[in-house]
Amino acid sequence: MGKKFDKTAKSNAITYGMVVVAWLVMMALQQAGMLSSSTVGLLVPVCIYSIMAVSLNLTVGILGDLSLGQAGFMCVGAFASALFTNLVQDSISFTPVRFTLAILVGALVAGVFGLLIGIPVLRLSGDYLAIVTLAFGEIIKNFLNILYVGKDSHGLHFSIKDTMSLGMEPDGVVIIKGAQGITGTSRDATFTIGIILLLISLFIVLRLIQSRDGRAIRSIRDNRIAAESIGINITKYKLLALTVSAAIAGMAGALYAHNYNSLAATSAKFGYNMSIMILVYVVLGGIGNIRGSVIAATLLYVLPEKLRFLQSYRMLIYAIVLIVVMLFSWSPKARDFRERYSLKRLIHKNTAKEAE
Amino acid sequence: MSFLSYLINGVSLGSIYAIIALGYTMVYGIAKMLNFAHGDVIMIGAFVMLSALNTMSLPLIPAVLVAVVACTVLGVVIERVAYRPLRNAASPLAVLITAIGVSYLLQNVALLIFGANTVSFPNKITLPALSLAGGNLVISSVTIVTIVACVVIMIALLLFINKTKAGQAMLAVSEDKGAAQLMGINVDGTIALTFAIGSALAAIAGFLLFTAYPSLDPYKGAMPGIKAFVAAVFGGIGSVPGAMIGGVLLGIIEILAKAYISSQLSDAIVFGVLIVVLIVKPTGLLGKKIQEKV
Amino acid sequence: MAMLEVKNLGISFGGLRAVNGFNITIQEGELYGLIGPNGAGKTTVFNLLTGVYKPDTGSIVLDGKDITTLHAIDISKAGIARTFQNIRLFKNMTVLDNVKTGLHNKHEYSFLAGIFHTPAYQKVEKQMNEQAMELLKVFELDQHADTLAANLPYGEQRKLEIARAMATEPKLLLLDEPAAGMNPNETQALMDMIRFVQSHFHMTILLIEHDMRLVSGICEELTVLNFGEVLAQGKTADVLHNPQVITAYLGE
Repeated sequence: MGKKFDKTAKSNAITYGMVVVAWLVMMALQQAGMLSSSTVGLLVPVCIYSIMAVSLNLTVGILGDLSLGQAGFMCVGAFASALFTNLVQDSISFTPVRFTLAILVGALVAGVFGLLIGIPVLRLSGDYLAIVTLAFGEIIKNFLNILYVGKDSHGLHFSIKDTMSLGMEPDGVVIIKGAQGITGTSRDATFTIGIILLLISLFIVLRLIQSRDGRAIRSIRDNRIAAESIGINITKYKLLALTVSAAIAGMAGALYAHNYNSLAATSAKFGYNMSIMILVYVVLGGIGNIRGSVIAATLLYVLPEKLRFLQSYRMLIYAIVLIVVMLFSWSPKARDFRERYSLKRLIHKNTAKEAE
Repeated sequence: MSFLSYLINGVSLGSIYAIIALGYTMVYGIAKMLNFAHGDVIMIGAFVMLSALNTMSLPLIPAVLVAVVACTVLGVVIERVAYRPLRNAASPLAVLITAIGVSYLLQNVALLIFGANTVSFPNKITLPALSLAGGNLVISSVTIVTIVACVVIMIALLLFINKTKAGQAMLAVSEDKGAAQLMGINVDGTIALTFAIGSALAAIAGFLLFTAYPSLDPYKGAMPGIKAFVAAVFGGIGSVPGAMIGGVLLGIIEILAKAYISSQLSDAIVFGVLIVVLIVKPTGLLGKKIQEKV
Repeated sequence: MAMLEVKNLGISFGGLRAVNGFNITIQEGELYGLIGPNGAGKTTVFNLLTGVYKPDTGSIVLDGKDITTLHAIDISKAGIARTFQNIRLFKNMTVLDNVKTGLHNKHEYSFLAGIFHTPAYQKVEKQMNEQAMELLKVFELDQHADTLAANLPYGEQRKLEIARAMATEPKLLLLDEPAAGMNPNETQALMDMIRFVQSHFHMTILLIEHDMRLVSGICEELTVLNFGEVLAQGKTADVLHNPQVITAYLGE
């Protein structure tokens, strides 16, 4: 018993340590001026997509439900936090406080969306759940593309038509401008904050997994009927996992919104393609393997960026690598092959022969 | 009258979704996998047909046939190389991710060969439009051809599945792969045949889709693919008539939403209807209820 | 007083009457057998008792409390635990975690306590670990505590399923073909264990079984089910010599 406890604690420590070391190395390299500006530009996004992968792994790997709408929660978190920052820009001038609150707002609003979406989809599972989460993600994106929000002395104004229909006073400010989204949000995100948020996400997810709630969530994944037979409340724990997962994605969204000049709900950044991209990180990093999600997200985000010199062959190579890696790591035949010729086994065989 | 013409347009678009959805639903029924690359096969088919028309100067019907053959071969090759090795993988997600990889691959191959520019797909259907109610209701020839093609395909497919040995083998494999194997059915061959049929239908769908909506680029297959998948789920995935009904309803909802509510929100409305349907009936309109055995 | 009292229980699937007019009374501390040919409706009875299915007719009273309409979760809380014909463990969790999940409703701490490892968390987790290890020792699984359930040998998996059920501290334990797939030696060991569970925990047990040796060896009373209806009921020896039972069970 103690042994297992040590093993989990050690594994978690390695995960945190890996992130901290990565931070130290990148900071040192940056200080020494050894990073190109394009590499520096990758640092925060790597944090964002690592957090996204961790959050999705909670749904896919720990709860065992396939979701194709994770980017939707990120989108909600991004818009909520950016709206908040723009609204309180003048009243809270101390950036750390304002940004912390903005991140909390992003996480909270996304979490509420996770809960709201979780309730109706509880009856669904497998591919049906996947398509409904995809649908929710697309609806969120679509809706944010036609949403207009402005502020004047009377308070907030909303419209889903255009700026004019906000009906504001002449000195009113339009904050969300339909498909153009939000521009000019204070760029508060830094690599260090990204790393802190990644560590917080890891902390929450890793500790949740090992808690009483986490055992209940994992038991649903492994065998729903058996879980019910020992009195596990399926509804409650599914919603808990979905809400926490969405809230963490919302946090990543807040980081995103404060890392760029403009925020728009485009298909490339928040559509189902992005959700799928994050799912790819999770599956390649290992379903249920939280540390693997971080590593896979980092490598797979950086790889296409570093392949830019290949120009139009870049995504082609990415696609081929993806297919080959999947075939090699998941096909039963490849698995047999690896087991037969694995280094461990060859060594084992030799020692066994010597023993004879 | 305008409502009627919207409705007919909806049925026409829905017929295209239905043809694509048939590919999804058959593959799902038999291989239990979401073939995410299916939409991209449509795009490849359209490009091949365009080349056949322009470069080889073929007439319409032979050009469609070239596209059908190309897509059939493509579908079978994809199944053989990328999906079959993962059929018995430990996680069903493995083959899903591979399908996503294939989707990227097809898009980027098309990008290299055909370029990133949007090209205009020609309308080679030269039949006259149908004019009804003294010219108040004009139905274009593309619309008529699309709806007729859809009905013909549906009937042919149902006959094939119910009346031929190969069709019965498909049903058997979708019911229970192991048992079908024991009964002497060639499971690999049957699955390959399913991919072949689905991909051939994708080529036809590509021709009809881009004739009606003529802008074509390497990314234009994905969204109709996703919507057709939604249609398949909507109708009850695995069910052939379900794919048909799901496709047509989806097309009607999309066109009416565009006409009467908001063109920007039409996708959201389509997805919203899907969610409502699945919440009321979790296995789709015609889907079978599967009770897990305890 | 009877621990379980079932009256006139029935359910139909489509046109098929799977269970009809099923009555049973089990006394506290009794080891009771439910037998019958394949497809007789034995597992369906278990599914009705545990709330997987809702009965069309009849009533289920556990220890004086009507549980007929309760949800599966509340039936578990009311005190019925079960095992499954095809073992249903939490395969990707350790043996210890399987049992600790069984203890789920016996202990509580908040979500935040679990994240921040508050003293409440430390205390409750320690208690859960101790109780779980105690149970594992009883079932001689303690040396496997850190093993993934999927990696246990078949016989041990059956034991773990019983241990997990016992962790919910039930009043009534339902065992669905516990000896399925076991050789005679393993079956013998299992019989000893079931008897041990009965005496050590003073447990009331209802078991479904095909293995006649096991049934006649340990069950005090039997009910024979055939085509969803009770064919015979009473003391084990009497039931097994009932000519109707012999015909139904062994064929002509």
